[in-house]
Amino acid sequence: MPNAVPLSWYLILSAILFGLGVAGFIFRRNIITVFMSIELMLNAVNLSFVTFSYEFKQVDGHIYSFFVMVVAAAEAAVGLAIILTVFKNRATLMIDDVNSMKY
Amino acid sequence: MTAVIFLIFAAIAVFCGISLVVQTHPIASALSLVGVMGSLAVLYLLLGGEFIAAAQLIVYAGAIMVLFVFVIMLLNSGAETPTFQTSTFVKYLGIVLLVAFLGLISFIIQAALPKTEGVVFGGFQGTAADVGRKLFTSYLLPFEVTSVLILIALVGAIVLARKEI
Repeated sequence: MPNAVPLSWYLILSAILFGLGVAGFIFRRNIITVFMSIELMLNAVNLSFVTFSYEFKQVDGHIYSFFVMVVAAAEAAVGLAIILTVFKNRATLMIDDVNSMKY
Repeated sequence: MTAVIFLIFAAIAVFCGISLVVQTHPIASALSLVGVMGSLAVLYLLLGGEFIAAAQLIVYAGAIMVLFVFVIMLLNSGAETPTFQTSTFVKYLGIVLLVAFLGLISFIIQAALPKTEGVVFGGFQGTAADVGRKLFTSYLLPFEVTSVLILIALVGAIVLARKEI
């Protein structure tokens, strides 16, 4: 087995994790699980940033993924507050039941 | 050695990612997500991102996941009940198509990427000092805008979670 890991393996792992996040976002019915799938997608993108940061020997990729983390934290705080409010008004967490804007 | 560690933690990440999608209970999904984030932190260390690995563990696996688990427990969210029935044929067809799709993506990435020497542990070190220096010189304006964003999120979360709304 070679000692060096090809760069493409990292990118393929990132693509797989992103695809899993998309699948969870589409197929899950619980708002919280859908939200966690979004976090998984953000993580997958972070992995790509750090990989390219290694390739170009620059720390810019680290800073981008740091900003993604900050935005994810802000998004988690606001999103979970919205979920709390929805639960308070509707007493449900299933996204199929929160459809009053649909009709 | 780098390849072995990469393969172990990549396998853990993919396994936990699949577990996140197929588990019906949100707590199990949250634990799987912690597994993904922990193994990604190890991969960041392999890529020389010390600061970002620490931030991944502290901010993601620590703060954000605690927030998730807190909300899951607060809302007493139970297991998800399936709302639609899928036939077994469609399920197996979906798995086959998913594997074919991922294989196609892997092939495209392999083909599109120029040949490089690959990743070895210690080949590049983005130390916290380097990241900090760049963050406070080239990226000073985005950093300051981020603080405003955090303030807005803070106020927004408090307003949304108030009693009378």
